[in-house]
Amino acid sequence: MTFDRRRFLQTSLGSAAALGAGGLFPAWARPASMGNLGLPALTGTDFDLTVSKFPLRIDGRDTMATGINGTVPAPLIRFREDTPIRLNVRNDLDVDTSIHWHGLLVPFHMDGVPGVSFPGIKPRSTFTYEFSTPQNGTYWYHSHSGLQEQVGHYGPLIIDPKGTDPVAYDREYVLVLGDWTYMNPHHLFAKLKKNAESLNFNQPTVSNPKGLTGMWGSMRMSPNDLADVTGETYTYVINGHSTADNFNMVFKPGERVRLRIINAAAMTLFNVRMPGLPMTVVQADGLNVRPIETDEFQMGVAETYDVIVQPTEDKPFAFVAESIDRSGQVVATLGPRPGMRAPEPRLRPVPVLTMTDMGMDHSAMSGMDHGNDAGSDIDHAAMGHGDMNRGNTGQAGMDHGTMSHGPDPFGPSVQLPRVEANLEQGPGVVNVAAMPMSRLDEPGIGLEDVPHRTLTYADLRSLEPNPDTRMPAREVIVHMTSNMERYMWSFDGVKFSEITKPITFMEGERVRLTLVNNTMMPHPIHLHGMFFDLVNGGGDHMPRKHTVVVKPGEKLSTDISAEHVGDWAFHCHLIYHMHAGMMQVVTVKPNPLIENSDRIDAAMARPDAETAP
Amino acid sequence: MSGGTVKAVLFGLGASVLPILAYAQDMKPSDDEKLWSMADRYWGEEAMADAREDVLSGNGDFKTYMVMFDRLEWQDTGGDGTLLWDFQGWYGGDIDKLFIKSEGEVSLEEDEIEDAEIQALWSRAVSPFWDVQAGVRYDLEPKGRTHAVVGIQGLAPYWFEVDTAAFLSTDGDLSARIEAEYELRFSQRLVLQPRIEANLSAQDIPELGIGSGLTGIEPGVRLQYEIRRTFAPYVGVEWQKQFGDTAAFTRAAGEDPDKIVGVIGLRTWF
Repeated sequence: MTFDRRRFLQTSLGSAAALGAGGLFPAWARPASMGNLGLPALTGTDFDLTVSKFPLRIDGRDTMATGINGTVPAPLIRFREDTPIRLNVRNDLDVDTSIHWHGLLVPFHMDGVPGVSFPGIKPRSTFTYEFSTPQNGTYWYHSHSGLQEQVGHYGPLIIDPKGTDPVAYDREYVLVLGDWTYMNPHHLFAKLKKNAESLNFNQPTVSNPKGLTGMWGSMRMSPNDLADVTGETYTYVINGHSTADNFNMVFKPGERVRLRIINAAAMTLFNVRMPGLPMTVVQADGLNVRPIETDEFQMGVAETYDVIVQPTEDKPFAFVAESIDRSGQVVATLGPRPGMRAPEPRLRPVPVLTMTDMGMDHSAMSGMDHGNDAGSDIDHAAMGHGDMNRGNTGQAGMDHGTMSHGPDPFGPSVQLPRVEANLEQGPGVVNVAAMPMSRLDEPGIGLEDVPHRTLTYADLRSLEPNPDTRMPAREVIVHMTSNMERYMWSFDGVKFSEITKPITFMEGERVRLTLVNNTMMPHPIHLHGMFFDLVNGGGDHMPRKHTVVVKPGEKLSTDISAEHVGDWAFHCHLIYHMHAGMMQVVTVKPNPLIENSDRIDAAMARPDAETAP
Repeated sequence: MSGGTVKAVLFGLGASVLPILAYAQDMKPSDDEKLWSMADRYWGEEAMADAREDVLSGNGDFKTYMVMFDRLEWQDTGGDGTLLWDFQGWYGGDIDKLFIKSEGEVSLEEDEIEDAEIQALWSRAVSPFWDVQAGVRYDLEPKGRTHAVVGIQGLAPYWFEVDTAAFLSTDGDLSARIEAEYELRFSQRLVLQPRIEANLSAQDIPELGIGSGLTGIEPGVRLQYEIRRTFAPYVGVEWQKQFGDTAAFTRAAGEDPDKIVGVIGLRTWF
């Protein structure tokens, strides 16, 4: 195995040299036909990154990117767990830039969010990030300034484990999914403000009138709002390659191939599948999970999944990333020889939203209607998680009375003290979900009826036991709110530009963060600096994620160990939703009771900051 | 409908709008305290203050503009016909906008502007689908009157776009206009747009040829083809019907108060 990997690395380097510069792609993002026969393991501790504007070609069309070291995606950064590294970022733009290390547990002043954790990187200046990470796995990095992420400012990042990797594989590839637009992203956003439906070419018609009449029409909501920005303007790409550009990878039949898949799109949730080839998910959001075999999964923006595939037949397989609204897709090829092209499957029929997505489905809750039978026989099967192992301790004396107030079947047995904002009911809030419910056991919009296995959040289990299994002492509830008509997006009805206070956690506390989606769209919610322990019935093996997709009409809970003091960004990772105001700051306040904590920050603080000119 | 009824309706409309406007005046208390500040001690208070302001305003406080010709059309009113424009433009954020609206007609037969007006309105979002608007209207043709305007614009249940306004002229004349539009899609590009406009006046204004009550309605349908969402040529037909004294004034001027005209035009926005 080792021998093979080394040999492929050499081949890769040789071919790259033979091909000269090899185009505007870093070696790992080149297809096999351009010499990439596996991922070169380029480790290091010092990285020089330059942010600039440069021309490139995507899908045969010339375009301009804002990116790093002249390539889209940016270079693969690879280093080892717990090793101090330096990343020197030079800004050659005329505007500020930044790099956020998505999912990495770094000191908060190295987190890279201008205005929250640092001032940003000014034009013609260099900023040096220094940290070591207590974790390993597949992550990524991107700009947190303006809309730079939409135009190419993102790249993959791999942290190799200190010890042995529990995942065995013979060959690996990184697949960075993206949605490219040739439009200026600021114009695109303005267009959404002027007419939010203008990029949707799946609107209700005379022959498909759902949405014009009934509850939908009266509420002025459309069951066809699956994505704000669609294939109308987006060209979907894998490592900067459209389907026509064919990112092709090679394997030898029988090899275990690890695909590190990163959704670096600005606005697109992808359905990922490899027709004819089962995928074994081994990692989610950089942390290992119990291997689980599936045929398809939906990937929120900013999520990462590592899968193992083991093709035995000597033929090319398609890797398909299909936009959630089925307005487009991108296909890569995993074949036995370089340059092969797998047949592209047809786009599947467009799904339609339901009352459940509006947070109003009464029928699905039929087994739970027990407001007046605070007793016994809840039909767990009807609730869709009858077969789930509810490993949480202290569940025995579950209070069914409280369950009727919230659909969180895995919640603690006692009602936690709650922090919940009075939901601002203004022009920015169209709908408040009457009956938000748990949808953890659903694969995502449009995948309910596919004729093969799908992955759900309920299936995920951490490989390692959770480091913190304390019961949270209080619950913070955050609502996702919107008005599609005005293209307004917010938390608790308040845009980030108008918040009056951040969300506050106390250092050392274990807190439950419950997210309620009152909008008609799934939102990939990202919290910087901390992992969400997803409350999905996993007991002390809950999956730990940096980004959690909250489906329309869904209420889900995450438990968080607020370990790292600092101000941390918290936002929807759909870039135009964040830009419209769906963002907050989570402040983890220092706990005076924790004396000699490993508060990395304190030691690194500039003593003269207060008096600095 | 009698003038009295119209007055009552308009007064009711005004009365219902006033409290909303009063609410709109409520200013948010200014907050000088920092919302968060832990990075200050690493990077300096001043550098963080600017960046903090930028990240807040950059994620929610967005202003833009829109320019839209809802109708830019030629009407087959006989002879060389009539050119009509119906324009709306705005600048602002999610809640407060400055609206400019203009409508007018040019008779190609007589080679003169028959009607032209321009409005400048402050528009405030008061609920998810409705804006209250207030401002002034100036009539370029005829006669240069000025009016105070109060109106409501928005999206009614079942996707009807509604634009209503009451006008009080400097002469003390009260009038109102109600417009409603609907978009019925046959495909993602072929759209049938029914539209109706009704005008009301609280009193006779003989010099403008207007009688009191419901002065006229203009129902019509336009079939658009969206070459782009922002660029849709159309053909259509409109019934231009006047009532009561208004119709009598028109007949006296030798014109037809009840006619059906074909139209051809363009709907465009950017």
